[in-house]
Amino acid sequence: MLQFPKWKIMMVLMVSLFGLVWSVPNLLSRDVTDRLPTWLQPVSLGLDLQGGSYLLLEVDTAYVVREMQANLVEALRVTLRKEKAKYSDLGAMGRDAVKVRLLEAADRERLRPELRKLEPEAEFAIAEDGLVTFKYPEPVMNKRIRAAIGQSIEIVRRRVDELGTREPSIQHQGVDRIVVQLPGIKDPDRIKALLGKTAKLTFHMVDDSVTPEEAGRGRVPPGSMLLNSAEQERGLPAQYVVKKRVEVGGDQLVDAQPTFANGQPVVSFRFSVAGGKKFGDTTRENSGKFLAIVLDDKVISAPRINEPITGGSGQISGSFTVRQAQDLSLLLRAGALPAPLQVLEERTVGPDLGADSIKAGAIASLLGIVLVVIFMVVIYGVLGLMANVALVLNLVLLTALLSVLGATLTLPGIAGIVLTMGMAVDANVLIYERIREEHRLGRGIIGSVQAGFERAFGTILDANLTTLVAAALLFQFGSGPIKGFAVTLTLGLISSMFTAIMVTRLLVSLWIKWHRPKTLPL
Amino acid sequence: MSSFYARLIARTPKFDFVGKRIFAFIVTGCIVAATFGSIAIKGFNFGIDFAGGLLIEVQTTDGPAKIGPMRDILGGLGLGEVSLQEFGATGRDVMIRVQRQEGDEKAQLAALTKVKEALGAGYDYRRVEIVGPKVGEELKQDGILAVGLAVLAIAAYVWFRFEWQFGAGALIATFHDVIATFGLFSVTGLEFNLTSVAAILTIAGYSINDTVVIYDRVRENLRKYKAMPVYDLLNLAVNETLARTFLTVATVFITVVALLVFGGEVLHGFSVAMLWGLIVGTYSSVFVALPVLIYFNLRSGADREDEEQGTEALP
Repeated sequence: MLQFPKWKIMMVLMVSLFGLVWSVPNLLSRDVTDRLPTWLQPVSLGLDLQGGSYLLLEVDTAYVVREMQANLVEALRVTLRKEKAKYSDLGAMGRDAVKVRLLEAADRERLRPELRKLEPEAEFAIAEDGLVTFKYPEPVMNKRIRAAIGQSIEIVRRRVDELGTREPSIQHQGVDRIVVQLPGIKDPDRIKALLGKTAKLTFHMVDDSVTPEEAGRGRVPPGSMLLNSAEQERGLPAQYVVKKRVEVGGDQLVDAQPTFANGQPVVSFRFSVAGGKKFGDTTRENSGKFLAIVLDDKVISAPRINEPITGGSGQISGSFTVRQAQDLSLLLRAGALPAPLQVLEERTVGPDLGADSIKAGAIASLLGIVLVVIFMVVIYGVLGLMANVALVLNLVLLTALLSVLGATLTLPGIAGIVLTMGMAVDANVLIYERIREEHRLGRGIIGSVQAGFERAFGTILDANLTTLVAAALLFQFGSGPIKGFAVTLTLGLISSMFTAIMVTRLLVSLWIKWHRPKTLPL
Repeated sequence: MSSFYARLIARTPKFDFVGKRIFAFIVTGCIVAATFGSIAIKGFNFGIDFAGGLLIEVQTTDGPAKIGPMRDILGGLGLGEVSLQEFGATGRDVMIRVQRQEGDEKAQLAALTKVKEALGAGYDYRRVEIVGPKVGEELKQDGILAVGLAVLAIAAYVWFRFEWQFGAGALIATFHDVIATFGLFSVTGLEFNLTSVAAILTIAGYSINDTVVIYDRVRENLRKYKAMPVYDLLNLAVNETLARTFLTVATVFITVVALLVFGGEVLHGFSVAMLWGLIVGTYSSVFVALPVLIYFNLRSGADREDEEQGTEALP
């Protein structure tokens, strides 16, 4: 009756051994654990404990759509001009279409195949009155938005990697969100500034048919635009009129590095072969004119083209500080974001506060467990001691489970562990009280112990499963640190059921067998 | 060998818990009414998780913080309501809360820059949290959803494992605990944030744990004592499990107090709520979840179950 099958004893021993081995790395210093294999690592600490920065970013999907429309409008303008067609009403229509009106009936059929080719994925129609429409179907829009988000994540990853932060984590969340976790970052201002820039670099010809002052009064020629200068104060024009047509784009860059020219920090760049050829052609055709270098719709500088630049490389100078030159070249190397990002949420914890939290959590856990251990011995004597063995083993197993599963320990997670310590002995209390009751009803010692363990089991199971229901919902809807709390609570409940039922039972059985007590020690 | 505890409680106590039910229901009614009253009048002190805005924890690098001048500097920035609160033993820690800024997410980031520029050097930024309006609203919805679903899921589980009467009792008791904890946050003005939601769910989980232990004994006694009046049966069940209730409350109490005293500023609200929840949860198990069973026809359910088991036993 109190006999334990050999396999059960083996299992308890194996599980305990597993717990010991996998929890040991948590006691070692970082130097030692770095040399351990990946399957034997300590619990990873959440950003609230090790310090670091959590950023929740959102991709501006409306911008993606607007860009799609703007690109098509530009392509239409170029094509229609080349074909010398008369047109009006060129522009975006609603949130998913582009329109233009062909004024001459003859053009409608003549240009149909060519226009259609500009955007094969859109629904294309030419109405009786000459109105040409391109309408993007829902799936196409979604596909492009998804692609833009995927690309954004890639660019964010490259930018963060360029900064050389330790073990950054960049994850897609929901539809249009990106979670960036940067352990060890104390001040995320620079990263936020870098992620806040789309870094879209383009080269445009300056339109010298009007002055910026005239254009400012509303006389911007079609096909041109009025842009602000990046640096307002240094005796240069505050605004430029530039052609909308992009001569060469930043996507053609293969490298960008900060260097010095005439003692000033500048950014030197190199084009791909195709980009270099295009740049060479542009500079050859427009010798003597001004070329505007535009970053995120602001003109960095607009130097005069003195001679064709055919080497495929060049320099951007714009009275940068060293840091600005470094950041700009970093952004250019990493590439442009397809759409701007917004920081929806930021949580940064300094490493000192993290260390303080760990200390506070450790003291609270230690104190909690010591007091519970004393309490159990006072109440239950020698059987309380056995419950305590189970309790300590529970802590060891919980640590091992957290380490093996690669769970992240947060401060609320530590609170979960402390609470678990208080709740874990509940199973033992239920068992021992039941034993006491059975004994009072007149059962012998062995009979009472057996009945106590068996009858209490159902209660323990039901009581813990209901708590697990709450923990599971907490995990589902909690975010960040709260998830960590749900994880430790759940794992703690599971391991406490094992230790309270299996381990205590084994210990109590062995003790009764060896000691053969005459009275119930409760 | 007889331990201290055995001498303390030698026999099953015979308290008449069920007889005090009317008084208990009045107390419960008052708690619920006070909660709703307070929510209607005072509302909640929402933390930035839900309200949006900024939370900045700074520590001065030398000497105690001069909270008055700091308040003047930050109050003059035009950022709306800015509250400063000293904490910790050294007098160097200050928690700065800035209300949500008008406009979009960029406005929140701009406010942080303003605060940093205004305070200047001499401060170590130990914690910075910014929650934009969009995320705050989502977190609020998620929190409400989590609590609502937890209450229903717990009741459904109890219904599934026991009988509908028990499920209904668990639902009432869990609702009571959740409402009473909301009441604590509203009445005391304790900051209500994401950790508070975790506390509420943990309290619900703990309290139902307690309730299930008593229900389990009620079910067992229904089978054991077929002739006993339900009134006595309920009293017997709660008295039989009283020692366990007392002991488990004691161990959890110990750990919660350890958290409250040593857990630090971040866990303070959580620990206070847990302490309250421990009291409320235990109270509701004994004085709400149990006595409401007397109004449900308990015997019918139990008899049916016995019949079902009887048929199963037949070959």
